[in-house]
Amino acid sequence: METYSLLREIADSWALLALFVFFIGVVVWAFRPGSRDVHHDTANIPFRHEDKPAQQEART
Amino acid sequence: MWNAVKLVLLGLIVLGAAIAANFGRDLAYQVHAVIILAVAGGLFIWTLRRFGDERPAPAANEYNDGVVRAGVIATSFWGAVGFLVGVVIAFQLAYPWLNFDWAQGYANFGRLRPLHTSAVIFAFGGNALVMSSFYVVQRTSAARLWGGNLAWFVFWGYQLFIVLAATGYLLGATQSKEYAEPEWYVDLWLTIVWVAYLAVFLGTLIKRKEPHIYVANWFYLSFIVTVAMLHLVNNATIPVSIFGSKSVIVWAGVQDAMTQWWYGHNAVGFFLTAGFLGMMYYFVPKQAEKPVFSYKLSIVHFWALIFLYIWAGPHHLHYTALPDWASTLGMVFSIVLWMPSWGGMINGLMTLSGAWDKLRTDPVIRMMVISIGFYGMSTFEGPMMSIRAVNSLSHYTDWTIGHVHSGALGWNGMITFGALYFLVPRLWNRERLYSLSLVNWHFWLATIGIVLYASSMWVTGIMEGLMWREVDAQGFLVNSFADTVAAKFPMYVVRGLGGVLFLTGALIMCYNLWMTVKGQPKVSDEPAMAPAE
Repeated sequence: METYSLLREIADSWALLALFVFFIGVVVWAFRPGSRDVHHDTANIPFRHEDKPAQQEART
Repeated sequence: MWNAVKLVLLGLIVLGAAIAANFGRDLAYQVHAVIILAVAGGLFIWTLRRFGDERPAPAANEYNDGVVRAGVIATSFWGAVGFLVGVVIAFQLAYPWLNFDWAQGYANFGRLRPLHTSAVIFAFGGNALVMSSFYVVQRTSAARLWGGNLAWFVFWGYQLFIVLAATGYLLGATQSKEYAEPEWYVDLWLTIVWVAYLAVFLGTLIKRKEPHIYVANWFYLSFIVTVAMLHLVNNATIPVSIFGSKSVIVWAGVQDAMTQWWYGHNAVGFFLTAGFLGMMYYFVPKQAEKPVFSYKLSIVHFWALIFLYIWAGPHHLHYTALPDWASTLGMVFSIVLWMPSWGGMINGLMTLSGAWDKLRTDPVIRMMVISIGFYGMSTFEGPMMSIRAVNSLSHYTDWTIGHVHSGALGWNGMITFGALYFLVPRLWNRERLYSLSLVNWHFWLATIGIVLYASSMWVTGIMEGLMWREVDAQGFLVNSFADTVAAKFPMYVVRGLGGVLFLTGALIMCYNLWMTVKGQPKVSDEPAMAPAE
């Protein structure tokens, strides 16, 4: 089989499926139970450490 | 030791540039060799004079803001230059005599047009992205920039890239690929700078003190990585001679066209969209003093956007030698892009829910909000224009130009202005901006300028498309090309005036920012402001 045809077949079958499954996985992961607190914390990152980096002891 | 290595390297570059200047086969190449010679020579002397000096180690407990300040200045400067060139070429189209005879071959429309596009996209937009990403990644990682002076290398290296690209266009060194005009050696230089940029950004992310990577950094990172990939693939060229600027792309015909528009559309998608969304996800919540409306939505926004955008390029090649399945694929993905684009727009706008009153009192947030509004508008218009039937009317007309500018001036320009107004008082430790009413002036001048620009281009674009396809009862074309050019004249003047308003607004901004740094009292630096929480 030509490279072109081969790549096309992979692209519109397994590659398409893999990408789609990955994307659905991302959505499920984002909406997983218990993510609310994590997201609340992450969304507030811009409001910490405005002027200085985190102090040394925080590094673990 | 490092200084000695640097001196050796710079000496070799000076030597190589001198040889190149001597053997150069065309003017652009020779001029570039002389520029590189001068820069490397200057750096050589500078390094030599500081050889052996003891320099204090940078404070690890402070952010590296010097390079961000330099980026703010560069962004404002290149913005003004790019808008000015845009106004000039707009009037060159309206009044062809502005293509002066004495400047033929250097400053006619064909030479200035890539100068304008690269100046606004790569010089203004690129500097805005680099400097804001350096600012944001430090704040959201709670860590100083990784790599010490590597960030400065990125900054100055990028400016050198801009100068080489811009002078090359004027002297005729171009690959003739839209938004990828710089020739092979300039591309190689940008590759080096870009790898350093990626290293600084990733290094900072890796040593972050926050457990999670804030969503803005996801967007910035996707912008950096994707632009690297696009740049490498679309510039796979072989130079005709190492002493000349001309190079030849390795693929030909429709493959080249498809690669170019895969590049071109993703330059829009990842440079002008993903990168600037990173700005939106940081500066809008900061200015509104509220976290982003929905963090979950921002995650879905990110993944949907990057999964879809990469496929949208073929819609630039409807009715060409490109197979129909490919252009249909591009069209379908463009339309699906409506969803993440509007999801992101809603996320940005709704961040203000509960703080809408700020729109009345804070012209900076108003600037950010209208930029999100323009983002929504141009991401509605774009998918519509990608539909094959609509494209048969809109393609090759000024409608496309209007669409690009409502996105670039409205979305990229306005969010950058908002970020600049946000950053300057903080970076220079000033209490407030010099004048909010000047921000207001800027806001209205820019908005009215964009409205004039976009609406005149809609009118002339649709008119042009209809005139081109008009046939009489015998099936002959009714209008000659020159008829459409003559009919477009009034709209071209209106477009130029819109550009003048937008440029005036930007100059007012530069004055305002200058006076903020010069004229406003410094915040007393000692009591490190306690975090608000």
